Amino acid sequence: MIELRVNGAARKFDGDADMPLLWYLRDSLELTGTKFGCGLGLCGACTVHVNGAAVRSCQTTLKAAAGKSVTTIEGIKHPVQAAWEHLNVPQCGYCQSGQIMQAIALLKEKPKPTDKDIDDAMQGNICRCGTYQRIRAAIKVAAGVKA
Amino acid sequence: MNRVELVVSRRGFLGIFSAGAFVLATKADATTWQPNVYLGMEPSGVVTIIAHRSEMGTGIRTSLPMVAADELDIDWKNVRVEQALGDARYGSQDTDGSNSIRSFYEPLRIAGATARTMLERAAAAKWGVPATECKGRNEQVIHTASGKKLAYAELVTLAASQAVPKKEELIYKPAAEYRYIGKALPIVDQNDILTGKAVFGIDAKMPGMVYASIERSPVMGGKIASVDDSEAKKVAGVSGTERIEAMKPPYGFQALGGVAVIANSTWAAMQGRKKLKVDWDLGANAGFDSEAFKKTLRDSARQPGKVARNVGDVDAEFAKGGTVHEADYYVPMLAHAPMEPPAAVAEFKDGKVTCWTATQNPQAVQATVAAAVGIKPADVICHVTLLGGGFGRKSKPDYVAEAAVLSKKVGKPVKVVWSREDDIHFDYYHSVAAMYMKATTDAKGRPTAWLQRSAFPPIEMMFDATAKYGGSQMGMGWNDTPFDIPNHRAENGPATAPVRIGWMRSVANIFHAYGVQSFVDELAAAAKRDRVEYLLDVLGPSRVIDLSNGRGGGDQKYPLDVARLRRVVELAAEKSGWANKKSGAGRGYGIAVHRSFLSYIAAVVEVEVDAKGKVRIPRVDIAVDAGMVVHPDRVTAQFEGAAVFGTSLAMMGEITLADGRVQQGNFNNYPVARMPEAPLMTHVHIVPSGAAPAGVGEPGVPVIAPAICNAIFAATGKRVRDLPIRKQKLV
Repeated sequence: MIELRVNGAARKFDGDADMPLLWYLRDSLELTGTKFGCGLGLCGACTVHVNGAAVRSCQTTLKAAAGKSVTTIEGIKHPVQAAWEHLNVPQCGYCQSGQIMQAIALLKEKPKPTDKDIDDAMQGNICRCGTYQRIRAAIKVAAGVKA
Repeated sequence: MNRVELVVSRRGFLGIFSAGAFVLATKADATTWQPNVYLGMEPSGVVTIIAHRSEMGTGIRTSLPMVAADELDIDWKNVRVEQALGDARYGSQDTDGSNSIRSFYEPLRIAGATARTMLERAAAAKWGVPATECKGRNEQVIHTASGKKLAYAELVTLAASQAVPKKEELIYKPAAEYRYIGKALPIVDQNDILTGKAVFGIDAKMPGMVYASIERSPVMGGKIASVDDSEAKKVAGVSGTERIEAMKPPYGFQALGGVAVIANSTWAAMQGRKKLKVDWDLGANAGFDSEAFKKTLRDSARQPGKVARNVGDVDAEFAKGGTVHEADYYVPMLAHAPMEPPAAVAEFKDGKVTCWTATQNPQAVQATVAAAVGIKPADVICHVTLLGGGFGRKSKPDYVAEAAVLSKKVGKPVKVVWSREDDIHFDYYHSVAAMYMKATTDAKGRPTAWLQRSAFPPIEMMFDATAKYGGSQMGMGWNDTPFDIPNHRAENGPATAPVRIGWMRSVANIFHAYGVQSFVDELAAAAKRDRVEYLLDVLGPSRVIDLSNGRGGGDQKYPLDVARLRRVVELAAEKSGWANKKSGAGRGYGIAVHRSFLSYIAAVVEVEVDAKGKVRIPRVDIAVDAGMVVHPDRVTAQFEGAAVFGTSLAMMGEITLADGRVQQGNFNNYPVARMPEAPLMTHVHIVPSGAAPAGVGEPGVPVIAPAICNAIFAATGKRVRDLPIRKQKLV
């Protein structure tokens, strides 16, 4: 039996402990804001926070999440979202929950990020629509740094 | 109530709504007045506007309803946007060809004006005044002579009893009074996207559904020889396996065929699939090799082909001698790779199918699913979710057919989710293409004769297994090259390949623009002339070019207007500061211009190439003349995105095959542009225009690859004639 917290709620899981957290969130808890994109940790669409750090939920087994606190996009209320809204960042929107989770983790570590900091933190998150320049600008708006 | 039920019940309303289309007051939903298939008004004054085109990131679920809301003149907060089911009564729902605003601006405008006119007539009847003295503005009808007012909500019942006005009776709002058109409203799905509530195809659920993961032949056309599923069935959660019959040529949108593992979760289905042992009879295509095919295609492009356009006498001019220029260009196969892989859930029950999916074409879903399970298209109910990217991949509903076939076999709703490897291995690829260009030039370096030949496996192959020539793709930047050259011939050679080929964002314009816009830059370089000045010279004087063939080219509403091409070249040059930029020493500027989907686009790209040959793109300036623009911010976003999409295909995209098998499978070996590789800043400059609206989703893409390569040449002296750039040695 694996115990963990998801968006503040205590959860128990009794199944394949090697199953990635991604599928537990999506199929069992119906928290479908966390997206499947590649299954290999290459695209960032599945990014969630585990104990506050951004991780790829497709590469995080339930075993590894045991005893930890998981936050998904559904459990987030953060100025980053307002910045995204302000700049109309999303196009199709599919990758944006992963982008937002990654951006929040970046700002926690580096409240005033440089362009290089943003590149380094965000390069694991693919957006096929190509919203990168608005993502970059929205991170700067949220951080209150000059564009 | 959980979210699934919520979604179903919300869509359930839509089922009732669409059933009453064309009927003023339906029995099914008597309180909602429906003057038009796209629009309904409740007695409270709340308006429902149908979004019948698919939302894949263009903002169309917002832009088209804006048109109707503006013409009706209703507050946006009282508008509810509902996604249409697949239903031919809405007209085409095939969301491709950059066509939504182009074809449906007018119908949505009519929908809004019709409703407003009927409200105006209702008020006139109530007041006993002429309808011409009544004007609907801001949710009220005003009697202009007396100043009397009545809210729309008070007029709904009476409006419903008015005759539906004919199109010629409608009086449209003057553009100066537009409240939404030309403004930047946030997309209607934005809040759901930012909070994780938005429902994509992969998120759709039906009560009691099971999950399937499908093993397909690694070679096109392969068939199952034998299956051992004993180990797969031992995986916890796996309930069994099912076979899907192999597709038959022409492939169209049929399911590929294969062996499906059925399970109680996505993960269990994927794990079970790994344990399947399938022997394939790989068939005739197991020897296909894309490197060898490249040579075949190049040879085909070097031979005389079918003439797509002919002006003057190229051969006679070539025979005179003079300075001859020749070049071969090559663009490999490309995969769409939308962030959301293909996914669908379908239930076969009582001879009908209900499905939920991310599709660009719900009516094709109806036809494809019906054929796959042996029912009528009208018995397929297709709910359209948001699409996590489409780019043309989701025009082809093979994955929905898979879900429906499996549901019929297992007697439960089945959800099919493709892995990324499935998506890359079994795409309808953007076609590989080879081009051969030849020109002679005069003393000033201006072309006196120009020959362009292309060869590529055509999309027509999907619908006619014997097709070898480029049909519809000739009008995509090949028979409409807008140059002022006295002798000019475009040809297309035969080609076929054992792969599925399909439309990808801007389609054949990608390789055609790459060939034409690279070659003109090569001639400019040979003439040692400024690239912009040379390009304008070759475009020639402002005029309308007569094109009697080609997609959109012969449309009198959209003549090929060289003045508009010249204007976007000049605008891109001006906004990029071209006149004051100096290329060389690892920094270069390149320009390209192309008309596609009836829009006129020019781009100036700035590149930096470092000592190791690594390319960065600090800046792109794109000038856009797409006619009248409904939603400038979403149009801008489409061109920002096109710069990134074009960068991906120019810099890194390549699908190869060996032994008939696709050699790429995920973002590690099929890379796409990430943030540091994408243009740092793309500036989009929209030409103000009152011309008929043209396309915006695709036409930003074709100019990017040639503009990047032209910039690389300016920076390094190295001409890239084969994509992708990452495979070329730049220093």
